[in-house]
Amino acid sequence: MLQITRTPQVFDVVVVGSGAGGGTAVKVLTDLGLSVALVEAGPMLNPARDFKEHVLPYQVDHRGAGAHADLYFGRQQWGYFEAPNGYWDIPNEPYTVAEGSRFQWFRSRIVGGRTNHYGRISLRFSDYDFQPEDGLGDPWPVTYAEMSPWYDKAEGFIGVTGTREGLRTAPDGNFLPPIAPRVHELLIQKACRKLSIPCIPSRMAMLTKPLNGRAACHYCGQCGRGCQTASAFSSSQAMIFPAMKTGKLTMLTGAMARELVTDGEGKVTAVSYVDKATRSERQLRCRAVVVAASACESARLLLNSKSPRFPNGIANSSGVIGRNLTDSVGYSMSGFVPALAGMPRHNSDGIGGMHLYVPWWLYGDKTKDFPRGYHIEIGGGFGMPQLGSFTAQCARHEGYGKALKDKLREEYGAFVHFSGRGEMIPNRQSYCEIDPRRTDAWGIPVLRFHFGWSDAELNQVRHMENTFASIIDTMGGQPLGRKEDPRQAISVGGFIIHEAGTVRMGSDPKTSALNQYSQAHEVKNLFVCDAAPFVSQPDKNVTLSIVAFAWRASEYLAEEMRKGNV
Amino acid sequence: MSEQTDYSRRDLLRRIGGALSLAAAGPMILPAQDAQHVHQAIADDKAAQPGPYRPKALTAHEYATLDRLSGLILPADQHSPGAIEAGAAAFIDFLCAASDEMLAIYTGGIAWLDDTMRRRAGGQDFLSAPPAQQTALLDLIAWRKNRSPEWNPGIDFFTWARRMVVDAYYTSPIGFKELGYMGNSAMSSFSVPAEAVEYVMKRSPLG
Repeated sequence: MLQITRTPQVFDVVVVGSGAGGGTAVKVLTDLGLSVALVEAGPMLNPARDFKEHVLPYQVDHRGAGAHADLYFGRQQWGYFEAPNGYWDIPNEPYTVAEGSRFQWFRSRIVGGRTNHYGRISLRFSDYDFQPEDGLGDPWPVTYAEMSPWYDKAEGFIGVTGTREGLRTAPDGNFLPPIAPRVHELLIQKACRKLSIPCIPSRMAMLTKPLNGRAACHYCGQCGRGCQTASAFSSSQAMIFPAMKTGKLTMLTGAMARELVTDGEGKVTAVSYVDKATRSERQLRCRAVVVAASACESARLLLNSKSPRFPNGIANSSGVIGRNLTDSVGYSMSGFVPALAGMPRHNSDGIGGMHLYVPWWLYGDKTKDFPRGYHIEIGGGFGMPQLGSFTAQCARHEGYGKALKDKLREEYGAFVHFSGRGEMIPNRQSYCEIDPRRTDAWGIPVLRFHFGWSDAELNQVRHMENTFASIIDTMGGQPLGRKEDPRQAISVGGFIIHEAGTVRMGSDPKTSALNQYSQAHEVKNLFVCDAAPFVSQPDKNVTLSIVAFAWRASEYLAEEMRKGNV
Repeated sequence: MSEQTDYSRRDLLRRIGGALSLAAAGPMILPAQDAQHVHQAIADDKAAQPGPYRPKALTAHEYATLDRLSGLILPADQHSPGAIEAGAAAFIDFLCAASDEMLAIYTGGIAWLDDTMRRRAGGQDFLSAPPAQQTALLDLIAWRKNRSPEWNPGIDFFTWARRMVVDAYYTSPIGFKELGYMGNSAMSSFSVPAEAVEYVMKRSPLG
């Protein structure tokens, strides 16, 4: 039997995963004076080396194609200039997809996880998201009124732009000043007004004013590449690096969590992990554990933590772990808008992403043929020219010479893009489980995915497609690449990278794994703090809610430890 | 825009450097395995290549042919220099040196151009044929409507060449200037010029 090294130190809390949830737990728990060990499967992040927001294509010999021209052969996993944070395929860490299903699993492997690059769209869930009024899905064990103060804290710390609009579908928050709209956004707003669709300042985790020691945004427009001034929120820069200075945090990178080790009473006593560099197994002793490895990775860790007391995986007597897997419904359309062609040149960068967006506007409408809703993300402007920026235009115009060159100049900045992000209702065919036949390079059993959209999502995509086309028409534009068949048009499950629901919370231990504080019903010192606890997948990207729920769970955990209940 | 204070690029990098040295202070431990993750340092990326580019993968003839082809795809005109001046052939040759798959596309494509031209223009290869013959051949392979067993190899190659010449050109300093791209700088605030808003609204049906 291989020797397993155990730490002599007993940490108050071991946190698994360093993204939005893990970062929040690390920040809150170290602020409260607890000793924390953070286990991250990837390497340390060094923004000075790793973030390329001020590199221009021609400053790199391959201009972003990759060392072996990978971009041109569809082999590039993630844009060269994007923040280094994860992959669709990791050579040593496979997963499988059941026959008949399509699912893509994005996994981060770096300190800060997806928060190094994410879109930073920061939307509160609505009251009806927590307590649905249409009889579909299950209610959350917590109300909007209970969560509102935690959203206040989350927004106050990470910094979110916005305006108070009084919309039930987009609850107002604790906002930084909004950012001025771009030209195409003003035009889209006019078109939306004509169609009675709201189009309001976006709610984004970028600083329009300095906050908590982080500098205000300098509007270079490349937030997706990471932000060296940390003006765009990332858990790595805003939460974890400051926590490292407290002396309360022990960082373990290149550390792949294998299993939660329990004692005879079913309490977690240690986190077992594989040190990837030495391929040796080690254990961190702890009084409590916060699992925040991303929804599916957290489910995997729990399912792989089997013991005589928990034969189906720790805290899983209900059998719900892995079930209720959802992703956002995704559909995108672009349009060419002649009114924008030849526009006087100016710097349209601003913050990376939209300055205006469309919140859901048809809540309670009985005439539509799908439940729930979606929001619309808006794109356009004079983007930095990149490899591939003009490939679609080349395919459309064909030819060569001065005619092609004139077209490309004239049309630069004249395209708009719409992306719908909608709610998927959990269904029985969408879940992940342990694949009994595969392990990764560390010997850890891998996940097998099952996934399927229902008519609810397909009809929603048809609605998106009609809406986007009518907005483009109203601007006098031409919709491009319309996909009339929603089965072709809808995103592949997992592709929007908003997985949720796989370790759901609830008030009934028979149908849920966690209570309203993200604490396992059956294991009092086990908390899950990513999107796995989420009962539904509202049309409001999950990250802000991950921070709010993780903050609440962490304060609750610290208080329970202080009282001696954990 | 005049009320905005725009930092110079150097100021920006200095400011970022200051913020970073603050962020990096502290008990940051970097295990050895982290080195594998480190991206190519930006400083290395920026290494300038003085003097004319020397082809690494294509022969002198292939390179000269590609250079000519790039100039036909995006020529110099009264607005701006073209793909030859922007060094499109150098970018493509560089990637050919990095990928055998890419190299095969270009060596095969250029051989097809030469072979086809020889049959059409009394034995002359593409580069030595008169300009009118060169464009006459491109007029056949620059359009999907001419797809046929005879022209497919040429059309497939031209699609690659056009895409990559366009990529190379517009990601170059010349291409940035041609488009009028002025982003990725550092600004103290963001707004768009009123004249741009007016221009668009007037031309739109919503004006």
